[in-house]
Order: sequence, then structure tokens, then C-alpha cells
Amino acid sequence: MEALVASAIGFLTAGGIYLILRLRVFAVVLGLSLLSYAVNVFLFSTGGLRINAAPILDKYNDAAVYTDPLPQALVLTAIVISFGMTAVLVMFALGAYLEAGNDKIDMTEVEPDAEAPTVDGIALDMSAEPTEDRA
Amino acid sequence: MNHWIIAPVVLPALLAPMLGFVMRHDITLARVFSVAGNVALVAIALGLTWIAADGEVHVYRLGAWPAPFGIVLVLDRLSAMMVLLTALLALIVLWHAIATDWDMRGRHFHALWQFQLMGISGAFLTGDAFNLFVFFEVLLIASYGLMIHSGGRVRLQAGLQYVVMNLAGSTLFLIALGTLYATTGTLNIADLAVKVQDMPLDDAGLLRVAAILLLIVFAIKAALFPVQFWLPATYANAPAPVAALFAIMTKVGAYAIIRLHTLIFGPGTPAVEGLITQWLYPAALITIAVGAFGVIGAKRLMSLLAYAVVGSMGTMMLAVAVFTPEATTAALYYLIHSTFSAAALFLLADLVVTRRGNDHLSAQPKTLQNGLFAALFFGGAIAMAGMPPLSGFLGKLLVMDALRGDWLVLSWVAILVGSLVTIVGFARAGSVIFWKAEQVTPPEGTGPVDALPPPPEAKFSEIAPTGVALAMLVALSAFAGPVTNYAQGATADLFNPAAYVDAVLDPDAPTKVFGKDHSDDYGAADKTDAPSNEGH
Repeated sequence: MEALVASAIGFLTAGGIYLILRLRVFAVVLGLSLLSYAVNVFLFSTGGLRINAAPILDKYNDAAVYTDPLPQALVLTAIVISFGMTAVLVMFALGAYLEAGNDKIDMTEVEPDAEAPTVDGIALDMSAEPTEDRA
Repeated sequence: MNHWIIAPVVLPALLAPMLGFVMRHDITLARVFSVAGNVALVAIALGLTWIAADGEVHVYRLGAWPAPFGIVLVLDRLSAMMVLLTALLALIVLWHAIATDWDMRGRHFHALWQFQLMGISGAFLTGDAFNLFVFFEVLLIASYGLMIHSGGRVRLQAGLQYVVMNLAGSTLFLIALGTLYATTGTLNIADLAVKVQDMPLDDAGLLRVAAILLLIVFAIKAALFPVQFWLPATYANAPAPVAALFAIMTKVGAYAIIRLHTLIFGPGTPAVEGLITQWLYPAALITIAVGAFGVIGAKRLMSLLAYAVVGSMGTMMLAVAVFTPEATTAALYYLIHSTFSAAALFLLADLVVTRRGNDHLSAQPKTLQNGLFAALFFGGAIAMAGMPPLSGFLGKLLVMDALRGDWLVLSWVAILVGSLVTIVGFARAGSVIFWKAEQVTPPEGTGPVDALPPPPEAKFSEIAPTGVALAMLVALSAFAGPVTNYAQGATADLFNPAAYVDAVLDPDAPTKVFGKDHSDDYGAADKTDAPSNEGH
């Protein structure tokens, strides 16, 4: 079982890193999701892998057979946070895509000459009032 | 147990949803409450610093759970100092943001601001490594919102990069914490300090991995080479007041390194002996170089300031990297200085950029109040570059004085040459923006007919926050003695963790007593040492 879990974490991480390095928004979002799955499984296994053991000590349970509850609490927190963060990232990506017209993560340094960027002929003013949905 | 210890977290946490839900349509009300909350935060932080100044370590046990099981907040001299620094900086920058109407250029500025303060204060106060991760996420998610405040193409793209970078960093943080938990079986910082000291050398391999992973995570936050590349793009494209507040964000990373890598993996720990210095020291050296080259090569004022921040982080981490009490004291003094000088420069840059229309380092017609801005820029620049009489000079002097012996040649050369290059960079920027402007005459009649009227003169209330930030630097030089003494005390606690460990793991501390009603839930043998699951 250890080998299975370890290789699952390894494959998820490898896939995640590969996708992040694609530097396109969709791939990066998928990559970060894969990475967070890998981390969740990893955190889950940090207390030791046990089968058929409750994460709790009680009088119905032989004290010798229980699994560490703390990693499960940590994983729960990590899942919630990574879920929220992925949602934020998708909103950012949509905003950047709509403003810039492409889904690239890397940006070229704005040279002083390349001022007043336009998209579809419409000048984009940095100090403009925000649109309703963002910010 | 002093309940005020949790106030810097609870106050913004309660205020932020109110600002976001109740006051979102009334900017005046939001401003009043946001400022009132921030003033209260300063008052609380002052009180906490006064409490902590006696040198004792004060522990707040959430839910009164005994220490290694429950989460603790720890107030010692270092965390009190950092919370006070955050509160003061936030108040100054908030004043600027309100005076210049930055908070009206997008939505939910004040709610995000309070969440940001909650995350930063929590990160400074917590005594639990996983709780540190949670507060990191709180401050990051608020910073994402602030970073793209008021929108714009370049800002959104830079924001996207910032989010991706930090999400990858958070993932790494979780892996590091998992490794740490797998090797030691605890995530309480005091408990970790004990367990890591007793770790047999044969089992220390994974522990070293965890220590280095944590170092990388905090280095991302502190913008150290080779993971500093996100900072210039982020700070240069963030709204200027937000960039000024972000001056404390890099310090959160630095604080985490100071706290964890001194307290847990400190000098004399057999398991990680010399490992941290071996990586942190060269990284800090190169960071100074990156910052200096960035300052001299920048084409925009905001990127110049962002690189100046990178350079100052390098100087600070150089002192942290050697892990001696003197050097860490110097680093703490320099940390305060670097926060206020970066904030002052970003606030000033906002005033100038608003009136010039852009922040390119090229000669353009001079703006209103050119002389005043030039004087303020001069003040901020000599502080940042480390020239007398402001606190940058004293800070660098302290750092260099602490880096003697084996470290002398490399450190002194890096700091002195880095400072020289930074001075040249700032001198060039200042002369192009403020002096060359005198010679440029605005083209008559060539501008567009419907050009907007030039922005009005900066009112006193807009300039005052920059002035106050500079005044803090003057005060920091004037009261260098008391501040250094305080920092010395804070450092002493770090290098002698016994007081911290005893206070947190105190077995006599008043904690939750398991009532008779719940004792049936446990096996008879586990009555005393298992926390109840009540309330989960």
C-alpha cells in the first residue's frame, strides 16, 4: 500500500509540475489542482497509513488500533483552502484573459514606448474606473 | 491568560465582513470604521508591546486546550514588535489611500485591507506551524484582491502571476509541514524546538528536507534569490498604496525564517548544523546584487523601488543568515527601517506618478510642487540607500558591525558596493524625474484638445502620510538606542528558547478540565492525555 500511495503522490506531482510549466492559464489551473491533490494525499499519509482504524479513541475501540486524527484535520483545512484558492485563480485568469485577450501567464515587461496598450482598438487606461464585476 | 493577545486577529476579522457586507455602498462609513479599526489596532499593539516588554513570554491557548494539542498564540517581544510595526504602517498607508481616493477606485478596499491586517497579525502571533500556514493564506488571499485593486490589463496579468507563484509556494509549504509532522509528530513550534533538539542524527535526513523546504517557502515570501522574480512585477504594477503595505509582506517571510529557523533549527541543533546558513547566506548575497542591478537598470520608478525592496531584503537576510544574536538584532533594526523607507518611497511615488501620468524614468515637463516632491524623494532615497543621517545608515552599520570574522570580506563588499550602486541608481532617477524636468518645456498646443486638466496640487493631507513615514525613520535614528535594546531582548529570547518552550508547554497552565460527562467517551487509560472532541 505504501508503494501505491507514494507512487500516486509522485505521479500527481510530476503531472502538476509539467502542467504548471506550460504557462497557459488552463494548464496551470489543472496543474495546481493536481499538485494540491498530491499534497492532500501526502498530508493524509504523514500520520502513517492504517487500514480499518478509526481516527478516534473511545471505549468501543481497542486503543491499539486507531489512526492519527491530526493529519485528517490538516487535510480538511488544506482541501478547503486549495479549493478557495483555485476559485480565486480562475476568476483572476478570466479577468486577465478578458483584459489582455490571451491566456499567457508570463508577461513581457512593459517598455516605456509601449504605453497606452489597446485591445481591439480600445485604449485601456490603468487608472480607469473598475468594471462592475471585478476588484 | 491575557485575552488581548488575540485582539489583533479578532478585531480585523470582525470588522472586515462588516465593511464588506454592511458598508459596501457607503464609502464614508467604511472609511470611518476602517480608520477607527486601524487606530484601535495601533492602540492594542502598543498595549501588547508594553505587556511583552517585561521579557516574559505570554501564551494564549485557544479554547484552553493544553499546548501541544491545541493551537497557541504567543506574545513575546519579537511578535509584539512586528504587530506594532504592521499596525503603524497600515495606519499611515490607509491615511494616504483615503486622502488620495485610492480606496474608491475599486470595490471592497477596506474589507480586504482589514483581512490583510488580520492575516499579517495572526502570522506574527501564532505559535503553531500549521496555523502559520493558515494565516499566510489569509494574508495572501487578501493581498490578491488588493493587488488588482482598480484593475487594468497589466495589473491583472501581474496579479495572475502573483497568484500562481504563491499557490505553488503554498503547496510547497504544505509538503514541508507534512514532512515535518511525519518526522517529529508535532506542529507546535515550542514542541518542535524540543523534538528537533533530541532528534537522533540517523533520523535527521527527512528533517533536513523539511527545514530546507520551509526555507524555500519563506524565501519566496521574503523575495530572496532565486525566487525573488515575482516581486518586481507585482510591486511595480500594484496600486502604490498597496505596494507600500506590501513592504510588510516581505517581512512576514523574513520573520518566519527568524522565528522558525532560529527557534527550531537554531545554531547548535545537531540535526541541521550549519545547513541553513550554507544556503541562506549566498542567496542573500546574490539578492543584494539583484536588487542593486535592478535599481540602476530600472526604466520605471515603481520597478526601481521594487528592486530597492529586493536589495534591502538581501541586506537584512545576510544578517539573519549567520544566526548570531548580534546579527539578528541588527536585522530586526534594519527590518523596521526597511519597512518604513519602502513605504515612504512608494507613497511618494504615488503622488508623483499621479501628477506625471506615468512612472517612466525619462525627462518630462515638471509637475506641480516639483521641489517638494524632490525633497521628499531625496529623503526617502538616502534612507533606502543607507546614507546618514537617517536610520538606513545606522541599520547597515549595525549589520556590518555584526558580520565580522569569517563573514567580513564578502558581506562588507556586498553591502558597500550594493549601497553604492543603489545610490547611483536613485541619484539618476531623482535627477531625471525632478531636475531634468526643469529644462523640459511642455509642448504648446500640440496636446489633444480635449486633454484632461492637470491634476491639482497635492493637499497637505495627501503629502502628510509620506512625511510621517519619513518622520518614523528620523525617530528610528533618534531612538536607535532604545530600539536596539528592545531588539536585543527579542533576539535573546530566540537564541535561548527555554523561556519560550517552558511558557508554551507549561504543564501547570490553566487548561480545560475534562468534565465527568465526557469521561465516558474515552478509554479509561486515556482520560488525562486525549483532548475531547467536544465542539468539533
